[in-house]
Amino acid sequence: MANTFINSPPKPRRRFGPLVRKDLVNGLLFISPWVLGFIVFQAYPVLASLYYSLTNYDIVSPPKFAGLSNYVEMFTTDPNYFRVVRNTLFYAGIAIPLNMVVAVCIAMLLNQRVRGLSFFRTLFFLPSVVPEIASALLWAWILNPQFGLINNVLKLLGLPTVGWMADPAWAKPGLILIGLWGFGGSMVIYLASLQDIPRHLYEAAEIDGANSWQKTFSVTIPMLTPTIFFNLILGIIGALQYFTTAFVLSGPAGSTTFYSLHIFAYAFTYFRMGYASALAWVLFAVVLLITLLLFKTSGRWVYYEGDKPE
Amino acid sequence: MSVAKPITQPINIRPHKLNRLHLVQRVLVYALLIAFGAVVALPFFWLVTTSLKAPGQLFKLPIQWIPDPFMWSNYPRATTYIPFFTYFGNTLYIAGFNVVANVISSSLVAYGFSRINWPGRNTVFIVLVSTLILPFAVTLIPTFIVFRNLGWIGTPNPLTFPALTANAFHVFLLRQFFMTIPQELSQAAKIDGASEFQIYWKLILPLAKPALAVVALFTFIGSWNDFLGPLIYLNKKETYTLSLGLYGFLTRSGNQWGLLMAAVTIMISPIIVLFFLAQRTFIEGITLTGIKG
Repeated sequence: MANTFINSPPKPRRRFGPLVRKDLVNGLLFISPWVLGFIVFQAYPVLASLYYSLTNYDIVSPPKFAGLSNYVEMFTTDPNYFRVVRNTLFYAGIAIPLNMVVAVCIAMLLNQRVRGLSFFRTLFFLPSVVPEIASALLWAWILNPQFGLINNVLKLLGLPTVGWMADPAWAKPGLILIGLWGFGGSMVIYLASLQDIPRHLYEAAEIDGANSWQKTFSVTIPMLTPTIFFNLILGIIGALQYFTTAFVLSGPAGSTTFYSLHIFAYAFTYFRMGYASALAWVLFAVVLLITLLLFKTSGRWVYYEGDKPE
Repeated sequence: MSVAKPITQPINIRPHKLNRLHLVQRVLVYALLIAFGAVVALPFFWLVTTSLKAPGQLFKLPIQWIPDPFMWSNYPRATTYIPFFTYFGNTLYIAGFNVVANVISSSLVAYGFSRINWPGRNTVFIVLVSTLILPFAVTLIPTFIVFRNLGWIGTPNPLTFPALTANAFHVFLLRQFFMTIPQELSQAAKIDGASEFQIYWKLILPLAKPALAVVALFTFIGSWNDFLGPLIYLNKKETYTLSLGLYGFLTRSGNQWGLLMAAVTIMISPIIVLFFLAQRTFIEGITLTGIKG
């Protein structure tokens, strides 16, 4: 016994001392719920869907390897693919900047030391906690071409009315309007970050003789860019995956078939899991690319106070 | 040279003429806010008046702004038109499960990422944060197949069990908060012989109640409002949530907008009540989420 103990090969050199090891074990124990979820609900599914995207798979029978044919189909024979992409880009390209401009402007108005700040903040924020399904149903009625709220208000004001969800040309603008109703979610973030801008910056600008416009564009907006960046990324990721409202209020002639709806249809209506996975992977690649590009270029337009030596 | 400003009059350093401009500006600010506020509030008004209209009043032109008479009976009828209380119970079960599971799991994970200093922590945390940009469509299909193989389609399990594995966004949020708690407190507890779990449970969690409330609130709203999850996983009527029930209502009811709007009002009222009760928590939570990082 004693002999084998002495002659046992030297223990492998430990990289960490006992205290660090204890921390490592504890740390891993605490994060283990997430690690488990990461493996089961993220890492495995991402890889599995990459594999499925190279197969034909109808769930009932096992996947059959099909090479890149799903990707080829997407860009050649899928009759709807490019319309779906256009729809999605149209929605994202208008809804994101519109929401941002409205949210920033209202936040700036609220930041003028107004009375009733909390009343207005509550009112503007409220629509963003309304369930999407509920707001979709409500807006279905608001946008009713004949008896709906909007067209009747337009008539009262002597303006022309449109067909909204019944008209292929107006269905997407209708959805953009519904999305705009929820601008309060990002508005409160802008407002919080406006309230964080140190007063001394404005005072310094005043001493230099800056007027309100100059203060807005040389103090407020630059100080807001980290929040704009944050909301821009969230907005793009959200808009590219836009689903519920469009699913409930589909417009005519495929005018509101967005990317996620296309994936959903192939997966759960046609049960072409392979093709749906390929669609999803292209979306993933685009989201990844846009996020990376934004981070790469952020140094040029996002102002972080910490960057500058004080 | 900069001169200290008189503290007694912080704003009125401007000459008198500018004050009138200032007044005009104030009026403009309020006018814009009130106008925009009216536009935002109008859909809520429209929701409630519609929910109190009889079918005949819905299709009158010019539109009837105030219902006459008030059809209060739309509300009880909406709850029997669909098995409302079953759906309500199902939704409450899923939301309740998620709140408890997610608060516990996310706070555990956030503790591991903020209060214990282990090698590789920051790298792993970057992995966690980068999962936030993963589109749900990418993981949807394999996850669906896993749940299908487990025989869970048609049960609420796919909508509840994942909450046990923490939510990356909530971990991020709680970690921000945990990092503001002084390390000295943990060290003192360690000297007294407390284990990490005891420190987590008895020291950090009680101190982090405001942040935990934010996570509980966000989780509740998220699962109460979820539509896609139930749409994919719940295919039996008796397991439907309110959001699926409402969707079915739309396809079934045709033009019964009064009933439908009553159902919508009932569905959103718990959220609205919760929002007013916990307004400060909401705003603090939203503020906590982004920006600082």
